[in-house]
Amino acid sequence: MTSTASGGDAELTGLSASELAAKISAGETSSEEVTRAHLDRIAAVDPEVHAFLHVDADGAVEAARGADEARSAGGAASPLAGVPLALKDVLTTSDMPTTCGSKMLEDWTSPYDSTVVQRLRAAGVVVLGKTNMDEFAMGSSTENSAYGPTRNPWDTDRVPGGSGGGSSAALAAFEAPLAIGTDTGGSIRQPAAVTGTVGVKPTYGGVSRHGLVAFSSSLDQAGPCGRTVLDAALLHEVIAGHDPMDATSIDAPVPRVTAAAREGAAGDLRGVRVGVVREFGGQGYQEGVQQSFRAAVDQLTELGAEVVEVSCPHFEHALSAYYLIAPSECSSNLARFDAMRYGLRVGDDGSRSTEEVMSLTREAGFGPEVKRRIMLGTYALSAGYYEAYYGQAQKVRTLVTRDFAAAFEQVDVLVSPTTPTTAFRIGERVEDPMAMYLADLCTIPSNLAGNASMSVPSGLSAEDGLPVGLQIMAPPMADDRLYRIGAAYETARDAATGGTLLDRVPRLEVAS
Amino acid sequence: MTAVAEIMDYDEVLERFDPVLGLEVHVELSTDTKMFCGCPNFFGSDPNTQVCPVCLGMPGALPVVNGKAVESAIRIGLALNCEVAEQCRFARKNYFYPDMPKNFQTSQYDEPIVFEGHLDVVLDDGETFRVGIERAHMEEDTGKSLHVGGADGRIHGAEHSLLDYNRAGVPLIEIVTKPITGAGHRAPEVARAYVTALRDLLRSMHVSDVRMDQGSLRCDANVSLSPKGSGEFGTRTETKNVNSLRSVERAVRYEMRRHAAVLASGGEIVQETRHFDESTASTSSGRPKETAEDYRYFPEPDLVPIAPSQEWVEQLRTTLPELPWQRRRRVQQDWQLSDEELRDLVNAGALDLVAATVDAGASPAEARSWWVAYLSQQANERGVDLASLPITPEQVARVVELVGEGTLTHKLARQVVDGVLAGKGDPDEVVAAEGIEVVSDDSALQSAIDEALAAQPDVADKIRGGKVQAAGAIVGAVMKATQGQADAKRVRELVLASCGQE
Repeated sequence: MTSTASGGDAELTGLSASELAAKISAGETSSEEVTRAHLDRIAAVDPEVHAFLHVDADGAVEAARGADEARSAGGAASPLAGVPLALKDVLTTSDMPTTCGSKMLEDWTSPYDSTVVQRLRAAGVVVLGKTNMDEFAMGSSTENSAYGPTRNPWDTDRVPGGSGGGSSAALAAFEAPLAIGTDTGGSIRQPAAVTGTVGVKPTYGGVSRHGLVAFSSSLDQAGPCGRTVLDAALLHEVIAGHDPMDATSIDAPVPRVTAAAREGAAGDLRGVRVGVVREFGGQGYQEGVQQSFRAAVDQLTELGAEVVEVSCPHFEHALSAYYLIAPSECSSNLARFDAMRYGLRVGDDGSRSTEEVMSLTREAGFGPEVKRRIMLGTYALSAGYYEAYYGQAQKVRTLVTRDFAAAFEQVDVLVSPTTPTTAFRIGERVEDPMAMYLADLCTIPSNLAGNASMSVPSGLSAEDGLPVGLQIMAPPMADDRLYRIGAAYETARDAATGGTLLDRVPRLEVAS
Repeated sequence: MTAVAEIMDYDEVLERFDPVLGLEVHVELSTDTKMFCGCPNFFGSDPNTQVCPVCLGMPGALPVVNGKAVESAIRIGLALNCEVAEQCRFARKNYFYPDMPKNFQTSQYDEPIVFEGHLDVVLDDGETFRVGIERAHMEEDTGKSLHVGGADGRIHGAEHSLLDYNRAGVPLIEIVTKPITGAGHRAPEVARAYVTALRDLLRSMHVSDVRMDQGSLRCDANVSLSPKGSGEFGTRTETKNVNSLRSVERAVRYEMRRHAAVLASGGEIVQETRHFDESTASTSSGRPKETAEDYRYFPEPDLVPIAPSQEWVEQLRTTLPELPWQRRRRVQQDWQLSDEELRDLVNAGALDLVAATVDAGASPAEARSWWVAYLSQQANERGVDLASLPITPEQVARVVELVGEGTLTHKLARQVVDGVLAGKGDPDEVVAAEGIEVVSDDSALQSAIDEALAAQPDVADKIRGGKVQAAGAIVGAVMKATQGQADAKRVRELVLASCGQE
């Protein structure tokens, strides 16, 4: 494809997952060869990008050989058999550490595989390693990782988004053709938008949370990340589906997202009604982002979609509600990190009480953003404040959900920019939590309502040449609509610009 | 001693105050698996052998509700005449404690699965007292802390603690009464009778082992005093570590007397948790709470609401066994017992045993006589529960049968029962091994009778003269000579015949 994927076999690392799967399936290459090419690429560029917290080269090669053996025995496990993947370090793995980007879980290895990982393994997908993230998925820049920030391959002085910046950067740096992210308020979509990659937050309950270390249980959702809509769809079908280990998992057939992506690629959106969310634009939105968004909407119209403006009046309160609900749940979910059973233990010198050891450990083990949210949530749930904060936030959540329901009576999908700005500079928003929180302004409503949502690249912003994302939102369990419209748009955009967006990602210096 | 001065004479307490009780009973369900995971729910395994990522609260682990536990909760609610919620949720009760793996307990808060019921409790004199049930809700048990190095295994002064998470996640039902008022001097008795009735009910439903000694039934007793006639509730204390039925009664009585002494001297009751000491029958202040607990309850986001359908609830209603008080009423009729006889039977803890003995073929009267009289006495002497005596209802029924056949006299029957209790085997084995048998050989008896008549010629003459009631002395002598192994009725017949008085 292009020379961007240097370090490692550029021809292989430049291919999409579906292309790799086809080559492996046809015997033109092997999973082992593909896996080694990506491991080489990681060795070459990750010292610069720092997308990975842990690379399991031996395990990956072993898994690749297993996939190759299965294929030669005539039994490829899935359409993605043998394709490598980068896994966000918030999903448990029994053969690699799971740190969640926190000192609290440094070197901790889970005794069990998350359901997502079990399904990846069963599908013959090769897990290369674990990717960097904001600590316990709290953040929008990956700067809150206890292990240092990840850099955006488009401009290594800038953030790759967050919390799943490691996964999005790994895709944009051609270190992996597929990745898994998790999205509580935008942690899949916002990184996808600022790295020029595709990210999908499936319907809440669509992908099992068993083994997803919880930040905010009612909002967390794991989902697929890729460089193309089709790749995300193939991965979506591997990881989605009912799981008896997760009580909130939906017991219904998985939406046919791969078929929808293939259908969409034909480029016909006649009969599709698209709603532009009136509230997401204007002040606070970078001009280049707004231009890119308008161009994307025009593109959808050209493809035959009927575009109307839709008002969702309660979306403006979504961010505030989110910053009460998510911290409340987080304050409870993270209580278990107390030094008693696993993870970090500080101050246990025989002279201190249990409470002191717990306290010292949490003081040392959690970073400032995690502490901020634990305190916020503890306060919001306190007697006397519960109704005013948590209770009120739940009411807003209901109103946001109703806004969506009303909108989806008029249109099939809603669209907006994924995030108000392109990638910001490392350090730029560290001292200003509110500015950081605004990165998730457009993505949060979908988490509150539990519906399906995608970010697909919509080009580069005129003023800084950085990627912009188009967000597409669909009703719960209508994930297939995202893929149909996303693939149609992606195909038209690539045709118009004569290549994919990532063809234009700068060549990274290869570490010597 | 100051301790004596700190409590008031019980009669004086009642002259000045009305007691108000509130009882919270935790029941561990005897489901096969835990509340939110597939770990076995079994008491007495080696520490930390019945655990998994879910009940250890490992990162990423999620709870899934045990349907059988929900079923038990609804059945208990129905048996307590409660309403069943159309929809209810679990909630998280947040507090840090090392034996609670997630540092929150998954419980229910403002949406209990059953609520608004009552339990009619029979007191020692047969009178019925109705205890209102506020609610019963589902939750998970915590692990156990073993504090090493301190006194009495309590945390004060302990050097270190060991944690066993086998119990973490065991399904619990917490049953909460409404304030119990109007019990007056019988308040301690009502408390004991309530817990007893609840225990019997749950046992008959096979939903729990209800072993207070093993902690599968635990009672927290809330006590407060209201100045006589004021109608205003006083400050309450909650007494824990009440591990037997007797302790329930004693703890309530002690707290009433202590509260009264404090109030009478112008002091104030501190709202606190108190710890019952079995050996002194008194309570002591638990760990003082520096600040009021704020559990920051909120709906458990990892679980979906439970919405039992009306059909399911009605189907569960049909699975309720005959409830203990219904059964007592039926037994009273079937066995034709007076209120007093029934009460003795119940108080002796003999109802189940007698019923089983009757099922094994004995008459109700014989079965009742054995268990309520002789065997109760044996149990008392050994200091054990009647049910713990090493004799089965089947064995008692066999003894009754042997008496009925004339193989044993009542006196011999006791010897056989003693043999069984001594571990010498079944009644038939005891009979064979000990050579216990009624002497029914008339010729053997006749020689003993002849000897006895010869030894007491004046008595023999009286009998011959028509004074048949004098035969008793000869019968007694014969019974003595045969060491009780003769059938007294047959001996009497033979004595009279020997004296020409047939």
